[in-house]
Order: sequence, then C-alpha cells, then structure tokens
Amino acid sequence: MSGGFTAGGVAHAPSRTVRTVILGLVGLIFAVPIVAMIEFTLRAGLVGGYNVDRWVALFQSGFTGVYRPVLVALGNSVALAIGTVVIVLLLLVPTMLLVHIRFPRLRRGLEFICILPITIPAIVLVVGLAPVYAIVARLLGSGVWTLAFAYGITVLPFAYRAIQSNLDGVDVKTLTEAARTLGAGWGSILVRVLVPNLRRGILAGAFIAVAVVLGEFTIASLLNRVNLQTALVVVSKVDPYTAVILSLLALAFAFLLLLVIGRLGAPRTRTSRRRTTVKGPA
Amino acid sequence: MTALPLNNPQPTASARPGTVVEFTGVVKEFSGMRALDGFNLTLHAGEFVALLGPSGSGKTTALRVLAGLESTTAGSITIDGVDVSTLSTSKRDMGMVFQSYSLFPHLSAGENVEFGLRMRKIKPAERRRRAAASLAMVGLDDHFDRFAHQLSGGQQQRVALARALVTEPRVLLLDEPLSALDAKVRVQLRDEIRRIQTELGITTLFVTHDQDEALAVADRVAVMRAGNIEQVGTPEELYSRPATPFIADFVGLSNRIDGVVRSARAEVYGTKLPLIDPATPDGAVRVSIRPEDIEFALEGLAATVVASSFLGSLRRTTVRLVDGTILFLQHGVRVRPAAGETVFLKFTGAPVSTEQLAAVSAAPQQP
Repeated sequence: MSGGFTAGGVAHAPSRTVRTVILGLVGLIFAVPIVAMIEFTLRAGLVGGYNVDRWVALFQSGFTGVYRPVLVALGNSVALAIGTVVIVLLLLVPTMLLVHIRFPRLRRGLEFICILPITIPAIVLVVGLAPVYAIVARLLGSGVWTLAFAYGITVLPFAYRAIQSNLDGVDVKTLTEAARTLGAGWGSILVRVLVPNLRRGILAGAFIAVAVVLGEFTIASLLNRVNLQTALVVVSKVDPYTAVILSLLALAFAFLLLLVIGRLGAPRTRTSRRRTTVKGPA
Repeated sequence: MTALPLNNPQPTASARPGTVVEFTGVVKEFSGMRALDGFNLTLHAGEFVALLGPSGSGKTTALRVLAGLESTTAGSITIDGVDVSTLSTSKRDMGMVFQSYSLFPHLSAGENVEFGLRMRKIKPAERRRRAAASLAMVGLDDHFDRFAHQLSGGQQQRVALARALVTEPRVLLLDEPLSALDAKVRVQLRDEIRRIQTELGITTLFVTHDQDEALAVADRVAVMRAGNIEQVGTPEELYSRPATPFIADFVGLSNRIDGVVRSARAEVYGTKLPLIDPATPDGAVRVSIRPEDIEFALEGLAATVVASSFLGSLRRTTVRLVDGTILFLQHGVRVRPAAGETVFLKFTGAPVSTEQLAAVSAAPQQP
C-alpha cells in the first residue's frame, strides 16, 4: 500500500494507473475468499454442478429452527459493538484529549497502555479476565453486554492509533486556546471545536471497533457468551453450507453497518463551495 | 462575574472608554525557571504597546499570562482596576491573534468570526451582520464562505484579527501574528493592524521579536530581557536614547567600540562624545555608536573600505580601521565607496550609550 508516501503529499502521490493497480490487487486479495465462499454455497452436492437451493431454503424457512440462534447472536454482537464504541467515545477520546492538551508528559505512558492489548494473545487475556468477570457477573449480572468491557480493551490499540494520527494532524493546542479567548468553556470547545476537527479519527476508531467486535470469537467463546462468531461455529458443525451463507450475510450486514455509520458521521456536504477557486496571497 | 460586559448586546467602540491594563510584580515560573521575574507594565487606555525581546525573554509568557492561558506564580494583573489573575480565559473578554494559524478548519471564515458571538449567545441575524462587518473591516467581506485552507496566510491572519475584534473585547492581544508571513504581506498587515487599532481605540499588547515591526507600529515599546523589562519608551526614545547597550544593540544596529569615559564624556579615537547617561562613572567602556552617527569626512580617522551594499533608500558600508576594528556606516546612496579605497571618518557627536568593560557580562544595568 502507499505507506511510503506522506499523508496528503500531493507532490509524491502515485500516478492514477499505479493507484488503480494497487487498489485492484488489494481488492482481488479480499475478493478471493468471498468468491470462494459464494461458490461453496452454490455447489449442488458431490456430483458437481451449481444451484441456489440452499439460499432459497434458508430464506423460505424464515431463519427459524436451528438458525434462530444466529439472529439472536447477531443482535448480541451489534449491541456489543455499540457498547464498545460508546466506551471508545466516552472514555478513550476524552482521555486522549486531556493528555494531549493538559498532560503531554503522560502521552508515552498512555500510548504504551493502549498498544499493550495487541501484544497479549486473546487466550492469555481471557485467563486474566475470567476471575474479573466472576466479580462483574456478581455485580452486573452475566448479560452478554458485559463483554463490551473486554472488547473496550481489545480495540484500544486500533482506536488509539486512528485517533492519535488525527490528533497529530490538528493543532489542538492553538485551536483550544483560540476558542478559550473567544469565550468558549471546555464543553463548547469539545463539542464545537475538537470533535468536528477530529471527526475522521474518531469515526475511523469507531469503524475499527465495530469491525473487531463483529469478528471476535475467542473471548466470547472462552467466557461462554454467545456472539455472532460463536453462533456461526455452532451452526457450521451441523450444516457447513448454511454456516457459510450466514457468514456471507453477516459480512454484508457489517459492510452496511459501517456504511451507515460513515453516512451519519460525515460532515455536512460542502463540495459545491469547495470548488470555488483559491485566490493568491493577500 | 457579572461585572464583565460579556453579553452587552451592542457596545459601540466609540462609547467604550479604553481599558487600562496593569501588571504588578508578576512572576511566572516554569518548573524552576523564571519566565517572568517581577514583571511590571501599565498599558494606558487605547494604547498600542509592543513587547520586544529575543526568544526566551518572557514576552510571550507575559501576553499569555494576561490572556489567562498561563497562571501567575505571584503578582497581580488588573484590567480597569479589577484583578483578573484568577479569572478563566473565557471570561476575560480579550481578543487574541496567534502566531500559528488558528482558524477553526471545519468552519468558514464567516463562521469563524461568528464563533465568539455564538459563545455570547447573540442571535443569528445579528451575529451574521456583525461578522460580515468585521470581515469588511479587514477587507475580506467577499470571503465569508471560504475555509481556512482556501485562504492565503495573510488572509487567514486577517480573518483571525476580525474574529478577535468582532466581540469588541477590552484588550487586543497579538502574539507574533506576522511572523509566519512573507515580508511584503507582513508590512501590509502590520500597517493595517495599526490603522484598525487606531480606529477602534482598543488597548493592544503586541508581542514581537522583530524590532522594525515594534518600532513601526507601537505607541510605546517595552524591550524585555530575562523575564523583565529593560526599557520602555516611545520608539524614538528607545532608538536615540537606549538605556543600556543591550537596548542599543537590540534596537537598531550599533557599532561597539572600546573607549573611555572621562568627566561625563566618552572618548573614542580621540573624539569626545556626549553620554546618554551623564552619571556614567569614569573608566574603560565599550561605546555603542549608531551606523548613521559616523560619516565620511575629508580628514579624520583613516579607514579602508571592506564592502558597501545598496539597501534601497540608503547604503551601508563596512570599513576597517588601522587597528583592525570593523565599523558600519549608513549613508546616502549617492556616495559609493569602492572596496579597498581609503576613507576618513568622523563621529557626528550624537549621544552614545556605554557599557563598563568590567561589567560586560553582569546583570542588567540601572535603567
């Protein structure tokens, strides 16, 4: 990918052809397993040939019977994704802003803590989390939603990087000071100045959080909670074809979900205004 | 804090009496280092004061302490007699323009200017009208809908100025607002800031490290060194009567020549010159002489021309004396000395400042 190029560095940007080729290659790599999955679900038994019988059967059954738990599990996973995003927005974002503006010396420490979860395998994490969840279960019950606490930790490295890179690109200190001299309190600064300018990073962080949570298996499985992935594994033991169909549907759902989040968080359109030419220096 | 006219719907600039700002013994320490060391300064109503000094002299700290962006360690700051030391920045009612571009990138120029009015809960219609008027004042009325990235550096700083002034603050703070701009825009905007400041009659504190800028626009210039004011005065006073060699050196260009003080006169190369400070004790000194206070003559001090450069309205010539001392002269462009030429110099007799040689590296002298 274009990691070697500076962000927004138009002068060093790859040419149109190069970009198309890179995009095509990456797209191909992602497309292969998806196409393979579709091909698998269309196989008409051992004799060869293809038909859509399994898709039709699943939709005609209306997701009842053995597939019912998958829908419930999907609901669980969406709720967990929302919970995790809330944790990122209400805990991580304000903490990062506070450290960035008021306690810059703590930045190294915060970065270390936030990157840490990526170095710890999920299985190891669960070993530590199990006794913690014994207490959580006693205090808050053993609802699936409590997994959001664990997921809040596992998405830290990804969300942190996404937000931090945006934070580095904005002169937060000066903007904050300018807003203060103009009479803004900390609440107004957060809502009217910081969040709008960090929208991209926060959105990216939320995206990644949603994607990670929808794909999470290990922690849920080992803590005996039902989420989308654990339910799919259960189905795949009974009917591997339908499990793949459900996986494809889950993939499409996640894609749509991210699209919707992107729409909701997009800044108000100003394409028409942006087209106005820039005048030379004053 | 109901005393502050934050929500005053329509205070007119002319009806508003200028604001007096007073720093008294302000100390600011950063982890053991004193950025301000008993700083005293009074800004009279409607006055344009420049804080001039090398980097690290504490000038920006003084401004930030007044804005409330830094707390004070000791001392008091009053605005119109009311102590504001503990008041938060958002309630101090000041307009500030920053060194780095500080427009909110997600808002258009007009929305940027409206920001302060929005914080004061002014109605949308009036907000828009006042923002437009403020942008017109800086000559950008047709840029209301532009975003920061569509504006040049000079335009961004103009919008920042409009944004700082639209709330009709009591004090305008300028933190090196011109230093990121190129030379031509810098001079234009500098003069425009002065014009607008004079029109509004707003008390203004302007921080800069550029002496030309300070001398050109300020009513009074305060030269800072090591957290304190070394001298404060009109630009003319600072230039012609520098209290210390530091000032003489920092404000304008100076030749520094060894000499002696004897009965209230400085003697250099056999010429007796009047002293700015007649109380200077006798002894060996280093004399600061302005390049325009040395001129060519038919006879006098012999020197060899090293180089001569054309600076537009004047010419600056470097000469070497017989003893090896290098001197700068400033003179009219029609005199064109050639390198290697032998010339004769004389001093015009303008008063000079001196520095006792034994105390060269000592603390600032008495003002």
